Amino acid sequence: MVDRDAEWLRVERTSAFKELAQKKKAFIVPATIFFLVFYFGLPVLAGFTTILDGYAVGSVTWAYVYAFAQFAMTWILMHLYVSRANRWDDLVDRARNEATGEAGEAR
Amino acid sequence: MSDQVISIVFFVLIIALTLIITAWASRRNVDTSHHYVAGGEIKGWQNGLAISGDYLSAASFLGIAGAIALTGFSGFYLSIGFLVAYLVVLLLVAEPLRNLGKYTMADMLASRFNTSSVRSVAALSTITISMFYMIAQLNGAGALIGLLLGFPYWISVIGIGILMTVYIVAGGMIATTWIQIIKAVLLIAGSLLLSILVLSKVGFNPFALFSQVESELGKEMLSPPPPSGLVAGLDVISLNIALVLGTAGLPHILIRFLTVPDAKTARSSIVTATWIIGLFYLLTPVLGYGAALFVGQKEIEEANVAGNLAAPQLAAQLGGPVFFAFISAVAFATIVAVVAGLVVAASSAFAHDFYSNVIRHGEETEREQFRAARVTAVGISVVAILLAIPLGSLNVAFLVALAFAVAASANVPVILLTIFWKRFNTTGAIIGMLLGLISAVVLVIISPNVFTGPSPEPPATPIIPIDPIFPLKSPALISVPLGFLGCYLGTLLGGRGAEREREQGIQRSYDEIRVRSLTGISDIEREIKQAAPEQEPRTT
Repeated sequence: MVDRDAEWLRVERTSAFKELAQKKKAFIVPATIFFLVFYFGLPVLAGFTTILDGYAVGSVTWAYVYAFAQFAMTWILMHLYVSRANRWDDLVDRARNEATGEAGEAR
Repeated sequence: MSDQVISIVFFVLIIALTLIITAWASRRNVDTSHHYVAGGEIKGWQNGLAISGDYLSAASFLGIAGAIALTGFSGFYLSIGFLVAYLVVLLLVAEPLRNLGKYTMADMLASRFNTSSVRSVAALSTITISMFYMIAQLNGAGALIGLLLGFPYWISVIGIGILMTVYIVAGGMIATTWIQIIKAVLLIAGSLLLSILVLSKVGFNPFALFSQVESELGKEMLSPPPPSGLVAGLDVISLNIALVLGTAGLPHILIRFLTVPDAKTARSSIVTATWIIGLFYLLTPVLGYGAALFVGQKEIEEANVAGNLAAPQLAAQLGGPVFFAFISAVAFATIVAVVAGLVVAASSAFAHDFYSNVIRHGEETEREQFRAARVTAVGISVVAILLAIPLGSLNVAFLVALAFAVAASANVPVILLTIFWKRFNTTGAIIGMLLGLISAVVLVIISPNVFTGPSPEPPATPIIPIDPIFPLKSPALISVPLGFLGCYLGTLLGGRGAEREREQGIQRSYDEIRVRSLTGISDIEREIKQAAPEQEPRTT
């Protein structure tokens, strides 16, 4: 059991894994805070004020503009994340190789 | 041909198509892994379509169009919330779940907490959520078939129940996935055609549609309802909490990420799903306003007080009886496919989590597990039918919203903390899930949904003639924080601490969970140690 834990620790301590964890966190934490604030902005503004009732273009209200902006935000954030995450997959292989190399040298 | 005969022809065609898929899938449904997660062999785009199929349920297709037709902008909240929810799934849940799980959500929790109590509670919450969702779908299907073919409600429900049982027992997750894929394509095609018909009425100019809504139905249809006090405002926020977080806790969506081989495919399937779902939801105002303009709000309300038949009515108005029959058959396929996915989720929770791992302590043979999975699928279907028949008068959208609220309160906190919180322990997981589950259900019962008071505002009908104790219709504003609080307090007060649990062997080290969830390495001895000898020539 202890031995097995040591193997996991070995991967966790590789520089590639640390880089992966750090990069993911650096994207996910601000992105999540941003989309939650942006998302709840609509019900808060709509539930307590009337500022979204005016017309933006023709008969389209600001409420609809805000709503469509959420669609755009979802797609943009999704592609920003996925394009980064696909690059990070290399770090997984590097972490595996680093840990393997270490295990080899330890013998 | 009379209209009813045309409808019957389309229904028979759809049923035949799904049965052919099931027959084909049954030859590949050979073991437990294929039965629960299609052997983890589903491709990214296929899974993306299947997720869309699972997600675009009767509530989305029939419910949102009807809600926009009758209430305008407020109905569109559902579309926004259901879509943005995929960011929670993509950024926080999907990849760790794929990397840690096997067949069910409880498997993922069990990869860290090795106790049968965590598994049992997770199975309980999965079954509860799936049941609410399933009753909602059966409800919608029964009403739809009743209207189209004139069968009594209970016959429709039993008919659907038999169909979905056949799909799952014979074809397992492979049949369910392909039925979802076909249905997603049909549903998108149908909605697109219907939207084109609506837009052709306004010179293919969406702005003209909005102008016509303003001039014929009034400005209120285009803006959120005017602020009317604290309770109403908080209720909107509470509903939105359930919508945006609930998806990440819905068992039948979560198990979709276990049908793909790795985290990268899980990601690409979310991209496909989010585009399809988002484009579909962009059509919902066209369908809803189209129905309000060309069918008429009065006629929609007369057919169904919640507006659930607005989309088929619109199809009849603009496309004639054949198109009406096609759209109705698609709506029917939608419901049957979603129910099938829910039965897989609920039966895997019972057979795999509870029976195999808790009662039999994982000592069953593969054959016994496979049989238990199929027997349970029949059992779950029967229970769902028995519950759906007496509950036929409940509102479809309300039941689905309840399922989302329970998922957001019971499952989401425990899933997130299992992945991200080092000190989390078994007591916290159990108390968090139970508190989220129980508080969501109890708050709904004492809310205006059930405690309607003696004379509620129409179209609501009195259920229990006591005035509501909890003022909000959606419980998430209170029950989601309670779910997190339960996890936190349970961990601090009741537990032995993550370190002690590790020493006792009931919790894996957080280092392992962290590495596994981020990298997808699952078998450390094989992947690291066996790889090592290849390096030996270099070191010696």
